[in-house]
Amino acid sequence: MILTIVLATLLVGMTAALIRAIKGPTVYDRILASNALGTKTILVIVVLGFLMGDPSLYIDIALMYVLIGFIGTVAVLKVSEFGDLGQSRSRTEEDHS
Amino acid sequence: MKAPLTLVIVLAGTWILLSGHWSFFLLSLGVASVVITVLCGVRLKIVDKESVPVHLLPGLIRYTPWLIGQIIQSSLHVARRVLSPKLPISPTIIHIDTQQTDALNSVSYANSITLTPGTISLDVGKDQIEVHALTSESAESLKSGLMAKQVRKMEGVR
Amino acid sequence: MSTAIEILGGALLITGAFFVLIGATGLLRLPDILTRIHGASITDTLGAGAILLGLAMTAGWSLLTGKLLALLILMALLNPSASHALARAAVHGIRKPWLEKEDS
Repeated sequence: MILTIVLATLLVGMTAALIRAIKGPTVYDRILASNALGTKTILVIVVLGFLMGDPSLYIDIALMYVLIGFIGTVAVLKVSEFGDLGQSRSRTEEDHS
Repeated sequence: MKAPLTLVIVLAGTWILLSGHWSFFLLSLGVASVVITVLCGVRLKIVDKESVPVHLLPGLIRYTPWLIGQIIQSSLHVARRVLSPKLPISPTIIHIDTQQTDALNSVSYANSITLTPGTISLDVGKDQIEVHALTSESAESLKSGLMAKQVRKMEGVR
Repeated sequence: MSTAIEILGGALLITGAFFVLIGATGLLRLPDILTRIHGASITDTLGAGAILLGLAMTAGWSLLTGKLLALLILMALLNPSASHALARAAVHGIRKPWLEKEDS
């Protein structure tokens, strides 16, 4: 019963993050919204695991989701800041010199 | 010698935690993975005080409950500000001294600042941290230097 | 004894759900990106922490508890790094944060 309430609350929070992602107004708001959405997704996965009765399976997925979500946020930030993921750094330096 | 041993314990614990099987075959695979990882790390000379900060452990055990208390306190503070209808916030950017001795402690200080709701570290310099605070109260409580003192205590400097 | 722990776990779950709602409210109501990060960080720390601890208490003592704690520690280490990177990029990107007063 409590788990269902927590799940519903998390879905409301995800809706709020989605609204923020749609409204913007800057790209950073959207990245923040996707980060918050990722945090709530992890919690939804874990709570859903307990609700379905096989939590150890779902927690492994949640552990992977934490790591991938962090890398994803940093990668999107880096692309929005520098325009690439850093591979072509040496080439641009050669262009400038 | 302390660092590789700690690394073995941590890696073995992680393996058992993530696998959860106790059969001989899977455990021997785990032992092989741990030994190969630690040997590679030692040969690369990256297993030292900084990558395996075992000397911080006693201080960390004392520091974590204090940090959790601080997080709850400032969460309630920010929650009250967010929920009140007039939205009484006063965002400020302040510069504070890190007062730490090396990079590891500066990083743990900046991480603690960001972990506490109401304050975010924007830029971490050699001896100053730029902090964005949601309210002037959280900025004041950071300026009082209590958290810096606790982090210094964690690293064991009196 | 086990019932007391289960009641405490349920209370923690409800508290965590409440703080998730507060974080969502902050994400929607606050006026500017840097202040919104503060709102979202409530969800990341206290909301997630309370929900995961509550789940660990209701589940009982097993390997699952360790996994939940590992999840909690990972989130506590990674989320501040992500918020710091985001705040730093936002300060450089938007040029003019919404401030009440300048640096004193």
